[in-house]
Amino acid sequence: MRIFIKNGRLVDPSQKIDDICDVLIEDEKIKEIQIPKARGKGQGAKEKREHEPQGFDEVIDAGGMLVLPGLVDMHVHLREPGFEYKETIKTGTEASVRGGITSVCCMPNTNPVNDNPGITEFIIKKAVQEGSCSVFPIGAITKGQRGEELAELGMMFDAGCVAFSDDGKPVMDSLVMRRALEYSRIRKALIISHAEDMSLSAGGVMNEGLLSVTLGLRGVPSQAEEVMIARDIALAELTRGRLHIAHVSTKGAVELVRLAKKRGIADITAETCPHYFSITEAAVAGYNTNAKVNPPLRRKEDLEAIKAGLNDNTIDVIATDHAPHHKDEKLGEFDLAPSGISGFETSIGLSMKLVDEGFLTLNQLIEKMAVNPSRILGIRKGTLMQGSDADLVILDTHVEYTVDTASFRSKGKNSPFEGWKLNTRPFATISKGRIYTWD
Amino acid sequence: MSLRSKDLTGIKDLSAEEIGLILETAAGFKDVLGRDIKKVPALRGRTTVNLFYEPSTRTRTSFEVAAKRLSTDVINIAISTSSVVKGETLLDTAKTVLALGADIIVIRHNCSGTPHFLAKNINASVVNAGDGTNEHPTQALLDLFTINERKGRIKDLEIAIVGDILHSRVAKSDIYALLKLGAKIRLIGPPALVPDCLKDLGVRIYTDMNAGLDGADVIMMLRIQLERQGKGFFPSTHEYFRNWGLTAARVARAKEDAIIMHPGPMNRGIEIASEVADSSRSVILDQVTNGIAVRMAVLYLVSGVQG
Repeated sequence: MRIFIKNGRLVDPSQKIDDICDVLIEDEKIKEIQIPKARGKGQGAKEKREHEPQGFDEVIDAGGMLVLPGLVDMHVHLREPGFEYKETIKTGTEASVRGGITSVCCMPNTNPVNDNPGITEFIIKKAVQEGSCSVFPIGAITKGQRGEELAELGMMFDAGCVAFSDDGKPVMDSLVMRRALEYSRIRKALIISHAEDMSLSAGGVMNEGLLSVTLGLRGVPSQAEEVMIARDIALAELTRGRLHIAHVSTKGAVELVRLAKKRGIADITAETCPHYFSITEAAVAGYNTNAKVNPPLRRKEDLEAIKAGLNDNTIDVIATDHAPHHKDEKLGEFDLAPSGISGFETSIGLSMKLVDEGFLTLNQLIEKMAVNPSRILGIRKGTLMQGSDADLVILDTHVEYTVDTASFRSKGKNSPFEGWKLNTRPFATISKGRIYTWD
Repeated sequence: MSLRSKDLTGIKDLSAEEIGLILETAAGFKDVLGRDIKKVPALRGRTTVNLFYEPSTRTRTSFEVAAKRLSTDVINIAISTSSVVKGETLLDTAKTVLALGADIIVIRHNCSGTPHFLAKNINASVVNAGDGTNEHPTQALLDLFTINERKGRIKDLEIAIVGDILHSRVAKSDIYALLKLGAKIRLIGPPALVPDCLKDLGVRIYTDMNAGLDGADVIMMLRIQLERQGKGFFPSTHEYFRNWGLTAARVARAKEDAIIMHPGPMNRGIEIASEVADSSRSVILDQVTNGIAVRMAVLYLVSGVQG
């Protein structure tokens, strides 16, 4: 199939292109990028030679819209195998594509846990058959995510895992975490830390502070996250392993990562999620279970610090931590509701606000949502370089719409952003050789 | 005047005027309780369901007596954890109760926010009889009623609340109610149980019991929940009593006419000495009696909104 995308503003930080370009796609690869007017300077682009394209199966007019590398989301939960009532690889990737995301990394807290190459192979095979986008599994660090013994990291890596994490839980035992960071060096594999000192979070369900006290909910102090990040930075320094901090949510955490990067003591990267720079703990008021997430939503000063950390590139990546749950699970007691936000279908809309508000340049945003995660994971995504996979999103940045969770492709309707007014969403996504558009 | 909501989920949601209305109405019902025939037909034909997910004797009994004095039918449902094990959700249970004809659901639950969830999702009036560590609004209302009875006012009184504020739904409701009516509050207890952030509400915090009790008009003691022990909030009940137990010597720090309150059940010798609990300054049994009048007022007023 040959696809021609014309007149869009193509922004690809990997090639330093930001110009009105045409894109030629052939056999699921980027064939060529043409700059219609002779004013482009991008190294990968050629001046357009012909007037109108001929012989294409599809021609898309992207005039007035952005043409970007497909987004890469390095922190998601697809729930399969084991929790298909919450989400499946099929529904999850349909939702991700709706959000302009063409590559996802799925966390291993499935049932059974992805802690051996058999499960890794199952996920990859299922994703090839049923997935609308590319799926890269993340393996468990420890067997059963119990934090006790290392899982078969090498064999899982060879089977296709791109990183390792016990996400949902920390590796509480410092020696086990040390061994993981040491062992992962064999294949230069990435260890992703769910930074939470469970003895400090102590069963908490929201951020600790006046609001948690007056709602009568157990609080999780910021320090539960920060002491663990400090430990993991120290262990990364000791072991020279590659460390990535998942879902940074606090001001202190941003400062720790910033300091570690400045001192150059460890190979460390960090991510945050749209909810941590969009809303605060105030969203929990009224016992809103859709605002229950781990780590919990924090205070305004944390939100501001996250934005500043994105701005100065302390935080490398924006990931969704897409965590779909069944309606019945969120409809009840706050204490008993599972943590998590269904994030695929609001991510780009919320993140683009950072560009609109001047916290990030468009280039930075694409780096954090496509280029950087690809680099950190060592996958050949996040670029529209000639010959690369034709993973691409055409973004309409002038569409006024109201977030309607009922219309989510994801099975998980659990979002605190219901009713929000946003102005950016994909007009079309191209993934695995298919063009996805929506009414 | 009437209440704005069909539910009483917490003191946080009430205005000072609404609190005044409940207390006034309760005063009327207290007169009724002093008569030979202690019953009024106000809510005849209505059904009150006490839906209790936590064991409770005094609060449940108090609500039951209150409902019966108003001539409503009363059904007590004590949900043991076994039905939770069977897998019925809270909402399903509430809908079942509703289908049985409940007009008012009085709920106690170990999870904070449960009454709010029910109030949003069902049409019956929901009255909070204690939710997790959030609120216990009728207890606060009966405390106000009792203070007012003894002191003739709430405004500008110096009220000392002693103990586990963090986990006490009674203390939370008392704090909100007393602040709304203009009292001055000191919170006294070990730091882990009296979070500093509460200062933002406009209260003073003391770890030193003697300093905190200085010149107090009212001393409200809280029950120390023994399950907190061993979780590091304080080293032992023995040490707790040494620091925060209410003894006669400590009572002497308060004003001469200070009254002593406790929501019950008391742990004698842990948070309060027997000599103090049984002294003439103790209004602990008045609290129990007033609880019936206050709960009658609450059931009556929320029914009015529903009507």
